Amino acid sequence: MEQPYRKAVLNLYKSLLFLGREWPQGYDLFRKRLHKVFTKNSEETDPEKIKIMIKHGEFVAKEIEALYKLKKYRTMKRRYYDDSS
Amino acid sequence: MSRVLVGVKRVIDYAVKIRVKPDKSGVVTDGVKHSMNPFDEIAVEEAVRMKEKKLASEVIAVTCGPTQAQETLRTALAMGADRAIHVEVAGAEYETLQPLHVAKILAKLSQDEKADIVIVGKQAIDDDSNQTAQMTAALLDWPQAVFASKVEKTDSGLTVTREIDGGLEVIKTKLPAVLSADLRLNEPRYATLPNIMKAKKKPLKKVAAKDLGVDLSPRIKVVSVEDPPVRQGGSILPDVDTLVAKLKEGGHV
Repeated sequence: MEQPYRKAVLNLYKSLLFLGREWPQGYDLFRKRLHKVFTKNSEETDPEKIKIMIKHGEFVAKEIEALYKLKKYRTMKRRYYDDSS
Repeated sequence: MSRVLVGVKRVIDYAVKIRVKPDKSGVVTDGVKHSMNPFDEIAVEEAVRMKEKKLASEVIAVTCGPTQAQETLRTALAMGADRAIHVEVAGAEYETLQPLHVAKILAKLSQDEKADIVIVGKQAIDDDSNQTAQMTAALLDWPQAVFASKVEKTDSGLTVTREIDGGLEVIKTKLPAVLSADLRLNEPRYATLPNIMKAKKKPLKKVAAKDLGVDLSPRIKVVSVEDPPVRQGGSILPDVDTLVAKLKEGGHV
């Protein structure tokens, strides 16, 4: 069976796993959840739907990045600057 | 076009709970997650943005430390630095490495590499010294623009907005200059997996601190490292009079 998006999906999975290493509740939880959602959609064959799913995955990755950045910024601000400023 | 040298430091990750060694000689670093000092990430980001705006020709990341410090350099390269220099300092010398030594190393390297701008984070989140930028500027006899929250290129130099107590200060400086990044300077980008992979192909040069002719003998001795005082629990008082008496006792009214 042909799987035109195989590489894109694998790359997405790897990138998300990489992001998961910093997950606040731990890498294991993140990995399990991530594996679950990917397995759930693994039977999908419609290329259009796969495309949409990949787009969604990329969006989630961006959101996680933003979350980490914000968490770090807020922690630094709390530690080094007055609450009032 | 100028060449930018960015100093980065590998520190214990900001999210890790710090534990003090029982003998009070320092903090536990073995088996603890490390990452790039958050203020240095801001410094790297600023340098990379200068390059993207075509204000800088090259961004060089520098770190001083043991072999593991190279991970931090990889992160800097993944964020967009062009090449990296790892100044090897290991073992006992690393434990007593102080801002003055780093400043001397940075000063020497910025001359060797013909850098026009040196950017470092304003302080590292491990020792909170906040000295490296100032000392580097002094050693090089270059102007310093520390606690920068905005950097703009003007005719022959830079216009820098600085964070000072209760406000901002705008200064103009000529190049070459030393800058230190404050928290609000920019929002550093995330080093993504593909970029980290690509960064492995970027050049990383190793130098020994001795070859730079820098004396690493310590100038300061750490006497003792201790935990911050534990917050004392509150207590419930029976009536207002006791409360007022307590407050007076504590000198609050």
